[in-house]
Formats: sequence, structure tokens, C-alpha cells
Amino acid sequence: MTTLGLLLAIVVPRPSRRPAVSAADAQDRELLRQLRAGDERAYVALVTRHHSAMLHLARSFVPSEAVAEEVVQDTWVAVLRGLERFEGRSSLKTWLLRILVNRARSTGVHEQRSVAVADAGAAVDASRFDAGGAWMSPPQHWIEDTDERLLAEGLAEDIRRGLEQLPGRQRDVVMLRDVDGLSGEEVCDALDISEANQRVLLHRGRSRLRQNLELRLGTGT
Amino acid sequence: MVELITDYLDGALARSQRRRFEAHIGDCEHCSEYLEQMRTTIRLSGSLRAEDLTPEMAAAFTAIYRRWQLDGG
Repeated sequence: MTTLGLLLAIVVPRPSRRPAVSAADAQDRELLRQLRAGDERAYVALVTRHHSAMLHLARSFVPSEAVAEEVVQDTWVAVLRGLERFEGRSSLKTWLLRILVNRARSTGVHEQRSVAVADAGAAVDASRFDAGGAWMSPPQHWIEDTDERLLAEGLAEDIRRGLEQLPGRQRDVVMLRDVDGLSGEEVCDALDISEANQRVLLHRGRSRLRQNLELRLGTGT
Repeated sequence: MVELITDYLDGALARSQRRRFEAHIGDCEHCSEYLEQMRTTIRLSGSLRAEDLTPEMAAAFTAIYRRWQLDGG
């Protein structure tokens, strides 16, 4: 290390590794406080807030919807028993998801789902670029106000079907990131994959969904 | 370029890479369109209704809570 580097390392405080409490986590913690005080409504609110992410995550470990639902229920039994053990070092959501993953693993029926990305093709078919990497068949412009129009045309069902058809781990990551709004860090933690791997899976999954939309809109080639 | 989009959106590109990416996007209408389409795709996924609690599940969760309270929770 250079003298300057050493000096900077001493003088400049490192940013705290503990992330600031997000607004969502602050609400979770308030609900937890009420739950600890015996408020059943706070419990129901927490269950409802996290249900979708918990169910999607559970489904990524076990073979059926029914087993996934059981895992989520087991998780809440464990959470209630361990209520006093949450120390706030992670977000409440991260804590919940870790308990869930432990429960899912201990069911002993988890699906062997490869984290390999071998099933991943390029995001865009190579034939759409020339030898120099320039677009030969460029994406056509999607009309403005796409979202509302597309959703009005019943595209939501298509997207859901497209998601269900993604290869296992791609689907898990896209569901948790884009549908349930987990952060990359939360997904890596829950699925025990590296950041780089998480991004590759996310990228493949999103790219395929985009391609589905393009085909559906009839502008693809 | 299209392979870098998720890294870009996640803020995972190194600063120099990020600058090159943005310079290219600024110049290339096709890549810029592609980036917009990826954003639309992400937004549309986000607009899917998350899984709602079914009444049966809600009842099961309430039962879990009440059992726990009876056990002296």
C-alpha cells in the first residue's frame, strides 16, 4: 500500500456496512414491535406483506404448490417462536426469508435445481447483428403508453405464462426481483448464489420475457 | 451492449464501463430502443398481481397465531 493509500485508509472512515433502514423495513419493524406486544392484526399485516415473496421463494425449493404453502406456514410457526431472537442486524424481510430457506431445506424434498447457466442463450439472437456487432435487424419501436395498452390487451396473462416457462433458476430470480421487488442482495442471500450469477440469471430471464413481448407485438423478426 | 443492460440497471458496471455504455446508448437509437424495451418488460413484470393470500391460507395463518398464543407465546 502506498503512503497515500495508507493515510487515506486511516483518515477516511469506511462507510458503515450496515445498510440504512429502508422505509419498508421501518414499517416491518413497527409491525414487529406491535406483534411482540400481542397485536394479532400486526401479525396478519406482516404475513400479508411478505406472502408473495415467501411463497415464490418456497416454491423454488420444493416440488409442489401445496408443499410450498406448508413451508410458509412452518416458517411463521418458527418466526413466532423465535420472535425475541430478531436483533435487527439485517432487515426483517431478510431474517424471514432465511428462516424460510432453512425450513424449505429441512423438508428434505427439495428439488435439485441447478444454478448452472448452461441453458442460457444470448439475450438477442446473434443473427440480428452483423459481423461488426451492429444491428442488422434492430428492435422496432414499441408504441408509447405501452404499459396501459398492453395490460388492457390482456398481456399480463402472457407475461405470467412466460415467467412460468422460464428455466427454474431464471424464473425464481425474475419472480423475486421483478414481481416481488426483492433487492439483488436479498435474492443472493435467499438462494445462496453469487451476485454475478444472480445478475446473469436475471438478465437471461428478462431478455427472454422481452423477446416474448416482441413476438407477441408482431414487431420481431 | 445488450448483454450489459442488467448490470447497468443494477449499477454493477465499473465507472469507465458505465460511461462507455451511456455514450453508446446516447448515440445508438437501436440500443436505446432495446434498453427502453427491457425497462418496459421489467415494469410489466412488476405490474403482475403478486400472489394474494387465499381465504384458506389466511385462516391457517390465524390459527397458527392463536395456537402459539395458547402455548404461552
